[in-house]
Amino acid sequence: MTTTTALPTTDLTPERRSSGWWAVSDCAAMVRRGLLYYRREPTMILWQLGFPIVSVLLFVYVFGSAMEVGGGADYTTYAMPGMFAMTMAFGFMNTAYIMVVDKEKGVTDRFRSMPMARSAVVSGRGVGDLIGATIDLAVLALIAVAVGWRSEGGPLDTAYAFFLLLLLRFALIWIGIYIAMFVPGQEQAGNLFAIAFPFGMLSSVFTPPSLMPDWLGFIAMWNPVSSTANAIRELFGNPVPTGDSWIEQHAMEMALVWPLLITAFFLPLAVRKYQRLSK
Amino acid sequence: MTEPGLAIEARGLLKHFREVAALDRFDLAVPYGTVHGLLGPNGAGKTTAVRVLTTLLDADDGEARVAGVDVARDAQEVRRRIGLAGQYAAVDEILTGRQNLELFGRLFHIGGRRAKSRATELLERFDLTDAADKGVKQYSGGMRRRLDLAASMILAPQVLFLDEPTTGLDPRGRNEVWDAIRALVTGGTTVLLTTQYLEEADQLSDQVTVIDRGRTVATGTPAELKGAVGGDQIEVVAAPGTDLDRVVEAFAGVASDAPEVATELRTVTAPVADRVAALTAIAGRLQADGVAVEDISLRRPTLDDVFLRLTGHRADEPDQPTDQPADQPTDRATEEVVR
Repeated sequence: MTTTTALPTTDLTPERRSSGWWAVSDCAAMVRRGLLYYRREPTMILWQLGFPIVSVLLFVYVFGSAMEVGGGADYTTYAMPGMFAMTMAFGFMNTAYIMVVDKEKGVTDRFRSMPMARSAVVSGRGVGDLIGATIDLAVLALIAVAVGWRSEGGPLDTAYAFFLLLLLRFALIWIGIYIAMFVPGQEQAGNLFAIAFPFGMLSSVFTPPSLMPDWLGFIAMWNPVSSTANAIRELFGNPVPTGDSWIEQHAMEMALVWPLLITAFFLPLAVRKYQRLSK
Repeated sequence: MTEPGLAIEARGLLKHFREVAALDRFDLAVPYGTVHGLLGPNGAGKTTAVRVLTTLLDADDGEARVAGVDVARDAQEVRRRIGLAGQYAAVDEILTGRQNLELFGRLFHIGGRRAKSRATELLERFDLTDAADKGVKQYSGGMRRRLDLAASMILAPQVLFLDEPTTGLDPRGRNEVWDAIRALVTGGTTVLLTTQYLEEADQLSDQVTVIDRGRTVATGTPAELKGAVGGDQIEVVAAPGTDLDRVVEAFAGVASDAPEVATELRTVTAPVADRVAALTAIAGRLQADGVAVEDISLRRPTLDDVFLRLTGHRADEPDQPTDQPADQPTDRATEEVVR
């Protein structure tokens, strides 16, 4: 090295604060990192939204004229909220992917070897991904408006619909983190599409389950993504042909219950799995 | 178990992964202010040892203290006193070098403002100022490792762990990293360096511990370890068709131990006490007897020889269990090419 190795001029004494303060501050630092990703690689948003956007174009312009969802509903009106829900459903892949890359490259180990708050890696991922999902939704909503979709619901209902979408995404963060602990590397992370696809699409996103064969329709109805999709259609005031099964009649409640159940189950699993990395 | 003056102290560390013992009663003692090489082949347990000492992994049994703090009882305090770099602690490839160091600075709890000035300082110190605001993706292997080193130095740690810091680098990158490590050492940091390169351990370390199958096999200065293998050796490569017995005769009375013969390689090797006198004598006899030789060389024992002698296999071989007693030199010893 050409430069001097003299003592650092910066004072390196760590600040003294409570552990609660650090839990928040370290989480904020991790969120900041997640947001820097968007600034460093703005195309990341396009990658994440690539599939939904292509779907919009395909379903609305290519297949749309041939799509008949019943109840006289216009297909764009039916499909757009579904697209929102599907994008949230696919989001767990983004969470899992970044966690897998961090683990594979050793970034996770660096964090674990540092005196930072233990919770911040997981909590920072959660908060950061929620902000990312908000950006995704905003972009997608603009595209939806551009192809003629409108929310006919009141501002409060519309806001509540977006809240339900983010709630679904929030719940899936924990599934993403949990799955990431089992995925050995980036290459295998690509295969997560094999889970994401049926999960996102075997639902009421593109077609009403009542038009599917009975057994398939049953699975699609009970898919949490369907509950969110149906609930937001109602909130957006988009005319929806709704089946008369119990689960479809209670979409509003289930759009809350499903994410809470998933979170209650997978959040502790994900945290415990992360803590057990040292075993 | 605290002994003053020890930066790293491990006793009887045990770690099993299912049936395999990655650490099998591993011991280590590293005094403050020294560079300690942990040398062993792939799978010998080096990385497991570092992971236990840096609180990434819990040992099944045994005790370890780093900078005076018990790694099992007060992991968080250990983390305040150590730095970790190398194969398993990396940097974020999407962020820039500066963004990486600022992020880690914040997470080391020195606050945003000081994290910024520390980042600038370290970028300069590790010759990364020009690349500071480029994405790490665009860095060369050597630059990436230097950034990694810088990240591990944010708190100016008392003890620095470098896990195979040059594995996978080209010679130029390796030299860059070596220079950076030497500079750190001048600053008084205690370093534990794992490596499978004997040359690296030899170049950088004050003391070397040889690890094999999770166990400490030997500890000493590179010179001591080489001394234990024997002093200088003379190696004669006979011309094709030459009777090797006639070469062995030339060693009579000069070699300090029975010469070793490797028939396929046509080499005869023996340790000698007075290297110049022995070389002259052997060369003279070979010439007088009319023995055709291709090469005569004087070689000093390398850490390769040490490793082979201690473990029964070479450092770059995968660590296969053998029935061979560890101190039995095999005929491979003579394959060693003069460096």
